Amino acid sequence: MSEFTLTLIKLAFLAVLWLFVIAAVGVIRADLFGSKAAARAAERAAAPRPQKPPRAPKAPRAPRGAAGGNAPTKLVVVQGERAGTVIDLTDVPVTIGRAHDATLVLTDDYASSRHARIYAQNGQWIVEDLGSTNGTYLGRTKVTRPMPIPPGVPVRIGKTVIELRK
Amino acid sequence: MTMTSLGEQIRARIPYQRRNAASLALLAFAMILTLSAFAEVGLARDGTIPSGLFVYGGGLVILAVVAYVVQLKFASYADPLLLPLAVALNGLGLAMIYRLDLDTSRDRKVAEMAGKHFLKDAADVPSQLMWTFVGIGLFVAAILLMRDTNRPDAPLSFTPKKAQRYTYIIGLTAIVLLLLPIVPGIGASINGARVWIHIGPFSVQPGEFAKLFLVVFFAGYLVNKRQAMSLIGKKVGPMSLPRARDLGPILVIWFFSLGVLFMQKDLGTALLYFGLFVSMLYIATQRVSWVVIGLGLLAVGVFVATQLPFMGHVNQRIDIWQNPTPYYDGGCLLDSGKVVPVNPNTDLFKAAKAAGSSFPGQSACIKLGGEYSDSAQLMKGMFALGEGGVLGTGLGQGQPWQTPLSFSDFIFDSMGEELGLTGLMALLLIYALIVQRGMKTAVAARDPFLKLFAGGVSFVVALQVFVIVGGVTKLIPLTGLTTPFLSQGGSSLMANWILIAILVRMSHDARKPAPQSIQDEGMTQIVSTR
Repeated sequence: MSEFTLTLIKLAFLAVLWLFVIAAVGVIRADLFGSKAAARAAERAAAPRPQKPPRAPKAPRAPRGAAGGNAPTKLVVVQGERAGTVIDLTDVPVTIGRAHDATLVLTDDYASSRHARIYAQNGQWIVEDLGSTNGTYLGRTKVTRPMPIPPGVPVRIGKTVIELRK
Repeated sequence: MTMTSLGEQIRARIPYQRRNAASLALLAFAMILTLSAFAEVGLARDGTIPSGLFVYGGGLVILAVVAYVVQLKFASYADPLLLPLAVALNGLGLAMIYRLDLDTSRDRKVAEMAGKHFLKDAADVPSQLMWTFVGIGLFVAAILLMRDTNRPDAPLSFTPKKAQRYTYIIGLTAIVLLLLPIVPGIGASINGARVWIHIGPFSVQPGEFAKLFLVVFFAGYLVNKRQAMSLIGKKVGPMSLPRARDLGPILVIWFFSLGVLFMQKDLGTALLYFGLFVSMLYIATQRVSWVVIGLGLLAVGVFVATQLPFMGHVNQRIDIWQNPTPYYDGGCLLDSGKVVPVNPNTDLFKAAKAAGSSFPGQSACIKLGGEYSDSAQLMKGMFALGEGGVLGTGLGQGQPWQTPLSFSDFIFDSMGEELGLTGLMALLLIYALIVQRGMKTAVAARDPFLKLFAGGVSFVVALQVFVIVGGVTKLIPLTGLTTPFLSQGGSSLMANWILIAILVRMSHDARKPAPQSIQDEGMTQIVSTR
């Protein structure tokens, strides 16, 4: 083997080694570059399979597609201890409360363990109070039955204020 | 606690996915990497594809496929990176040991034919393949033992969470394992380190397993105590200091680590255990003051160790680390702090040899009243790194076997000679990715005990890589620890494969969707009232 061939082999091996590392990082890009990449990967993974509707009364699709560019895509905590938290709105309902298995876990003294739920229905996001002690407010109105959330109206739970944003 | 809700937030942002296809693709890549390492060794040495590629590379491929199938079946939500990264490191280690075996066994044959004494330790690739087989076998067994089952009374099932029940028994086991090598009869000293025990024909390093037991013990203990340790205390400036009585555990571990430092004269191992406890304490309490207290205690301990008169050995280690040149092939540290070289070219050595001493360097040094030591291994390791440079000599084209223990403690330097800085950076990144996946598992875990368990296990890998890589690159004083997955040695491979199995299992738990309640599924619960 000539010196030149051996150098080529050496460089090729180092390239394979680095490609392996880069491929490994590529697999976890979702963790490194945030949820956008993760959501895209999830969409791609979910696309070929027919989607099972999670429960009967709810539309399986998020309003994002139906309402075009106007629909909210994320839930932002504006005030309260969790201020700054952003949760992406997907087809899955967002549960809010002090319970550990809630999507948005509140440390608010006024929140119940299972306080409220926000879900998509017919292209709209609906807030539903889950029988909380201190109530959920949509703007200034107390939520007594599932109510659609109009754009820009805050949802208040105790000291926490949540808004849906694009 | 905030510890749990952070995980909830992160999980809310990342959809649950099975990433088995990605895992399989990466595993295939890891195998290509291993096989091409073998191919490069053969092409560079003999100009042909070596037979070892089929025997050893092929063996690893079969083992990795078995491990993947078991992971797919019993931990399908597992992190996609852990298994391929471990296989890649194990395969690269195997290729390097194969390469060293070709040279050292040839040297050994020549030496035996000449009737000369030859270094009794040599790279031994068949036994390393056998230990890889045992290691991956243990990975499979551990995944099966920890399988995800709904039945609480399933036979032979031991989930990581169950370990919490036996916190103190496991803590005791860890201490027994650590003390075993000192017990006369079964304990044994190999290459100057008393960390071995003999079981039948095998030598085992119980310390490798003790690390895992220690992590379980620390996790179980800290889960109970973390409330008091993280909340109560006085605020001084930007830091909040803990109560005096909460300092008890850290002081116990500190004394224990100092004991290791004094008895075994081993700074790296002491650093490993103490660093593990301090980092787990930080994960449990999120309190920076514990890290500051830990570093302070460590500094005090090391300072005391260098000042005590009977700790000349630690002093000497630090001196070798700072100033290795006079110790090359034998140096003698006198009480005055002066180093007298007693290498084979010196008159002192020749005089002692003429007097008929079998270890002339040592006896010359004893005559001078100093302490003998040899930095040749460390310096040869540094020469190897220098020889490798940025791109390395290429696998099979360097002379890494020149360094003693080039296949175990100094395998990182051997890699550095043949793969260069470029290759070493990739290796360190692979370790960093394993640690990152472990931390990620810890962040996403629901249970505080499992959170600490996963965090601790990741820190074990990180600290061990730091201590040994730091040692062989002269960043910190050298300690004979194994480089996870790369070094030749059965205990290390077995313990690290079990460690990966634990992380795989815990990542499966953390990433799988939470069980839905019956109400969420739109069904009504029927409550009968009387």
